[in-house]
Amino acid sequence: MTARRRGGDRLVATYVVTGGRSSPTRNTLDQITLISLSSSAPYLSRSDLNEEQNKILGHLARGAQSVIELGAFLHLPLAVIRVLLCDLIESGHIAASGRRITDGPAEGPDRNTLEAVLAGLHRL
Amino acid sequence: MQDYIDSDSDPGPVLRGNERTVKILIVGHMGAGKTTAVQAVSEIRPIKTEEVMTTAGSGIDRADLPHKTTTTVAMDFGRVNLNEELVLYLFGAPGQTRFFDILEDLAHGALGALVLCDPRHLAETYPILDLVEELGLTYVIAVNEFDGADRYTEERLREVMELAPSIPLVFCDARSRLSTRDALIALVQHLLTKLPEPVR
Repeated sequence: MTARRRGGDRLVATYVVTGGRSSPTRNTLDQITLISLSSSAPYLSRSDLNEEQNKILGHLARGAQSVIELGAFLHLPLAVIRVLLCDLIESGHIAASGRRITDGPAEGPDRNTLEAVLAGLHRL
Repeated sequence: MQDYIDSDSDPGPVLRGNERTVKILIVGHMGAGKTTAVQAVSEIRPIKTEEVMTTAGSGIDRADLPHKTTTTVAMDFGRVNLNEELVLYLFGAPGQTRFFDILEDLAHGALGALVLCDPRHLAETYPILDLVEELGLTYVIAVNEFDGADRYTEERLREVMELAPSIPLVFCDARSRLSTRDALIALVQHLLTKLPEPVR
């Protein structure tokens, strides 16, 4: 199913923009995973992308953004933005870096990270 | 239109995309000061998002309850660049058990949690402590000192909340950037003490 114009009914719109899927097929993205345009993005066709995906790419032209910020920008719940982003990763338009949720348990924070956070907080 | 975000929301410093990102949850009951605390520290204007949650009816069939309900849960988040390579995200999240799924998702990979509480409503903090423990998050209690509220001593608060001595309790003013920062520092210091000793 291709994306249609979003109507007033939020639930319908949500269903439509993701092509009917409610969960991404690939690794789930964490809220704080950073998303940026891929180096090949300028050369890839955007004709197959829906309105929301084009908005995402437009927003990323200003700089990288976290998943949660993109979701807020597009007024879409996390579950939906994750599906849209996974599709854009697959099509090669965007790249994700940093934390990703995998099936395994989350690793606890390591000493280096905590010490860097501590030093950063002290500087605020 | 949906009221998710201010259109003039300050986007904050531009990110390159290769920074390391970490998150800390700020949980607390309604009115504990979560939004204020996120706002105090964030470099971007904090963003309020609303997550739509569908809860399937489960357990005992009750005629007076619909089988499926949708709830909207409001979350605030903010961001602060700790250095060139490290970005901290703060999530102000509701502490109700019915939002467990969303909290579990948020808690995944989080450094820990700051449990903000209003000393005038201590009883409302008990279920949140259970929840945070169930989520497996290391936490510190931050007592938000509201103007005009009676001041309690740490001993008295610990006694009332039946806090284990190992759980740090700090006082803060969620409106103050430095005071909220200090509460976050207490959390990170506590996290460091919980790490296994480095192998020599």
